[in-house]
Amino acid sequence: MDIIFDPLRLLLATAKDVVPVLLLLVLFQTLVLKRPIPRPGRIIFGFCLVLVGMACFLGGLDLALFPLGRSMAILLAEGARSGGADTWASYGWVYLFALLVGFSTTIAEPSLIAVAHKAEEASRHSISAWGLRLAVAIGVAVGIALGTFRIVSGTPLYLYIMVGYVVVAVQTVLAPKMIVPLAYDSGGVTTSTVTVPLVAALGLGLASNVPGRSPALDGFGLIAFASLFPIISVLGYAQLAQFKARRRHR
Amino acid sequence: MQFAAALGKALLGACRDLAPIVLVIAVFQLLVLQQPFPEFASILIGLALVVVGLAFFVVGLDIGLFPLGEALAEEFARKGSLFWLLLFAFTLGAGTTVAEPALIAVTREGAIAAAESGLINNLPEAIDRYALGVRLTVALSVGAAIVVGVLRILRGWPLPVLIVSGYVLVMVMTLFAPEGIVGLAYDSGGVTTSTVTVPLVTALGVGLARTIRGRDPVTDGFGLIALASLTPMIFVMLFGLLVH
Repeated sequence: MDIIFDPLRLLLATAKDVVPVLLLLVLFQTLVLKRPIPRPGRIIFGFCLVLVGMACFLGGLDLALFPLGRSMAILLAEGARSGGADTWASYGWVYLFALLVGFSTTIAEPSLIAVAHKAEEASRHSISAWGLRLAVAIGVAVGIALGTFRIVSGTPLYLYIMVGYVVVAVQTVLAPKMIVPLAYDSGGVTTSTVTVPLVAALGLGLASNVPGRSPALDGFGLIAFASLFPIISVLGYAQLAQFKARRRHR
Repeated sequence: MQFAAALGKALLGACRDLAPIVLVIAVFQLLVLQQPFPEFASILIGLALVVVGLAFFVVGLDIGLFPLGEALAEEFARKGSLFWLLLFAFTLGAGTTVAEPALIAVTREGAIAAAESGLINNLPEAIDRYALGVRLTVALSVGAAIVVGVLRILRGWPLPVLIVSGYVLVMVMTLFAPEGIVGLAYDSGGVTTSTVTVPLVTALGVGLARTIRGRDPVTDGFGLIALASLTPMIFVMLFGLLVH
């Protein structure tokens, strides 16, 4: 029964997301700009694909990956505590899991696919969509691994964030100008439909299992890490590319 | 035929994009935790749905969301009416944010936390009013962010100056804002940009930058999302300062 009813409910939920946007666009196009919509049939079909696609995607995640990933995050957090001495080093599997989950969920993130695709097209292929997504995913992976270390070790969040912002500010001055806005944008798109549920489960699982941490205070920092570190890694990726190009010219 | 080819390519791409997460979960389940997969059939069905869904989404972006977003941006630039363009930018930002399910969930939890810590009365009406207040504040802030971002593209303002001064403002306000709202403020910055809004807003920015002479689609076209994740933090902390 679940399999028959769930997709319908999801389709309705995504329709609530998509239809108002479509109406808004059509309204402005016809009433304010007074232009016919170019190739309306094709565009409506595209919106339908987005709608059905998102419903399938979210429904499938709920069916296949989220329950398993969530219970895994909690199991690992519990296992680390019972597994011996309570130092930050006994959480090795947790850091590895955080690193890999951060990377792999970011690669599957639809908003990032969209932005990277647009960036490749707008830069006339001088930015590679796949390279950009890899850079962002590495940033999220490092960010989340460091974030779990922060929860385990109990060091204050603002220290990491402050240092991170200083690094971003310095890199902004040094990095090639064309990449800066894109790097800032990638910080905002990483934390979305795939990453947040799994990472939030990891954060909450850790915060409620590590002695002395409160879920309300320590659970939320992971998202902040996941939005900060991709900026650093994308700027770094561009700096590396620039550095290599300069060396080749000499 | 063209559509079938595009869909086939998107399906392959979706398999590649999802392979890492499937691999990570499978390896941890089998090797680290050493547990079998529960309900194997439903996991397979779920994976098939995820792959097909992602492929549909990507193809739909290419033939629906991106072309419409860019066509609108180009025509707004040609029409040359700043008022309508800014009104559109605001409505797009605020309108897509106000009904965002993730935002509704976060503001609700934030309001309950605020009630428990004694910031507001622990009554259902007070909690609802507080949650709605934060939600409208966030919607307003995203609308404002897109307006500022569009103005920036038109005028050619440098983005780093805007962003860095925004973050300095966030830091300063963190010191003064009531403690109970800081976490909520930071979180609301992350949940505003949904899967439908991001492609549209990106197409709007790139389309505008491409149409206006002297603007580069990469340097000037991006940055709207960054602003939309920054302003909610500032506005929500301001809301906290005003209410408490």
